Amino acid sequence: MAREPLLRLENLSTHYISAQGTRVVRAVDEVSLSLNAGETLGIVGESGSGKSTLALTMLRVLPPAAHIVGGRILFEGEDLVAKSDADMREIRGKRIAMILQDPMASLNPLFTIGNQVAEPIQIHEKTPRSASWTRARELLKAVRIPSPETRVRQYPHEMSGGMRQRIVGAIGISCQPRLLIADEPTTSLDLTIQAQYLNLLRELQRAHGLALIFITHNLGIVAKMCDQLAVMYAGRVVESGSVSRIFNAPAHPYTRALLGSIPHMGDPQHRLTAIAGQPPDLAALPRGCSFAPRCPQAVDRCRIEAPPAFSIGEGRVARCWLAREVNTDRTTLAGAV
Amino acid sequence: MTRYITRRAAYCALSLLLLSLTIFFFVRVTGDPAALLVEPGASAADIAAIHHRFGLDQPLWVQYGLFMWSLAHGDLGQSFYYQTPVIDLYLSRLPNSLMLAGVAMVFSLLIGIPSGILAAVRVGRFWDSAGKVFALLGLSLPSFWVGLVLILLFSVYLHWLPSSGAGTPLHLIMPAFALGWYFAAAHMRLTRSSMLDVLGSEYIKLARLKGLPEALVIAKHAFKNALIPVLTLAGINLVIMVNVAVVVETVFAWPGIGRLLYEGITFRDFPVVQGVVLLGGAMIVVVNLAIDILYAVIDPRIRLER
Repeated sequence: MAREPLLRLENLSTHYISAQGTRVVRAVDEVSLSLNAGETLGIVGESGSGKSTLALTMLRVLPPAAHIVGGRILFEGEDLVAKSDADMREIRGKRIAMILQDPMASLNPLFTIGNQVAEPIQIHEKTPRSASWTRARELLKAVRIPSPETRVRQYPHEMSGGMRQRIVGAIGISCQPRLLIADEPTTSLDLTIQAQYLNLLRELQRAHGLALIFITHNLGIVAKMCDQLAVMYAGRVVESGSVSRIFNAPAHPYTRALLGSIPHMGDPQHRLTAIAGQPPDLAALPRGCSFAPRCPQAVDRCRIEAPPAFSIGEGRVARCWLAREVNTDRTTLAGAV
Repeated sequence: MTRYITRRAAYCALSLLLLSLTIFFFVRVTGDPAALLVEPGASAADIAAIHHRFGLDQPLWVQYGLFMWSLAHGDLGQSFYYQTPVIDLYLSRLPNSLMLAGVAMVFSLLIGIPSGILAAVRVGRFWDSAGKVFALLGLSLPSFWVGLVLILLFSVYLHWLPSSGAGTPLHLIMPAFALGWYFAAAHMRLTRSSMLDVLGSEYIKLARLKGLPEALVIAKHAFKNALIPVLTLAGINLVIMVNVAVVVETVFAWPGIGRLLYEGITFRDFPVVQGVVLLGGAMIVVVNLAIDILYAVIDPRIRLER
């Protein structure tokens, strides 16, 4: 029997419901995932596939129109959906922290760096100001900000984008959380700075035994950083499992298409494959599988009935009728051998 | 920072020069002041004598030159009607105007900022809608009408407050309310929209993700950012209040500079009109300059700007 994972999402759904209740956008729909302590989960998908909403759902920091309409978020055995707002505040920043994607906009322009880094420590650990500022200086050193003594007294506009993102990272780990969610943390950074930042996150993860959730659309980052992978399409996780197994043998046609759209450096003849068509409108999903209209392998059943999440062995899950058949074949084969 | 201030100051001087030209020529379009200073049926010679005494018989550009010359020496000229220096008249009325504007400003901020924040925090719900109705009434009801209704209610029916004049704190309440009413609505609307902008920002999202209590998110992270445009507007409005209280001061017979301007216009007292308008303009320009500088002090991003 495996130990209880740090985080387990069970059929989690978050919908945006318009004021009149007439328009429902299924931003996150029936998502089930799990993550062990110290591991890294990558969540990939196109813009608008519900990745960020899923992250905000886990911390319950949702815009007013968004509602968690079902499911459970089991974190260290406790259901966060059932928690009171006051209990959630004690979890946010303390046990689960999050890094947002835009470092230029994530820091308040009117407060010093020290103030903003020390703030969660003061709030969560009731540490006096001087002690939390000392911690803030240590944290800046930990994220490789040179001369932290002067930097704590400076304002966000006096720093580069890469520095600001490291400061946001420092805020993330300030209260030694168990889980850090990073929502496209390197999208707005230069490539060299990106690599530095990813290495830094990995070091922090090892040093603090952090579990990481990495939201990105960059499969290269997933290959470098993640143990587990969840592929999201139209609010659903269409495939999940270990990174190496999914990269070697993607089970869902959408995952195959995503992997096929990565440029190959060594092969100038190789043409980039784009996925035909557009992601569906989340307020008006097709009746069957939401990927069916763009899927090259879709069969009649795909257009009529949405596939459930099939467990296809080795801890992998795929929402595809064909994946089940492939899997059935394999088991049959295995049985025959 | 020094270059920033020098450049702003130069713009201010230019604006005041243009204002002096405009008011000097426009006030002379209103008619002949001599006609109001002589007995009906006075001879042409009498009128010519008055023209000569006030220098109105000289060409316009000479008059303007002389006016600017004495202005450069700190002299705003003599009132045609009162026969005293304009600056003395102005200074005797100014404290009343400042007091009225100050109380009206306090009132408008005390109403406008909390109601604006409440509307933004409860956006789309009851208090937001109530705020919208308040803002609509505040911006659309003219101050003379509000003033007259107040007099009717509190002086005529209830006998609680004096209807006009000055002297006691009670005299201030109604004019300050009538004057501040419009500005309370303006401050409320700006506070609401500025607060909504800030509440939608990433740094507010991060503040919530840090686990800060909502009250702290609003009071610390959102409030200070949202206040910047409101304080700018309030600073300009204070000066505007001193200078546009003409209607309110007339309705309540409040002896401020607004009433002085009103008297100056009715008597075609050119030096008084020019003096009040130019001093008002100077005040607005100087306050704008002060706010630009304060901005640079509050907001560290502006300090480095050239």
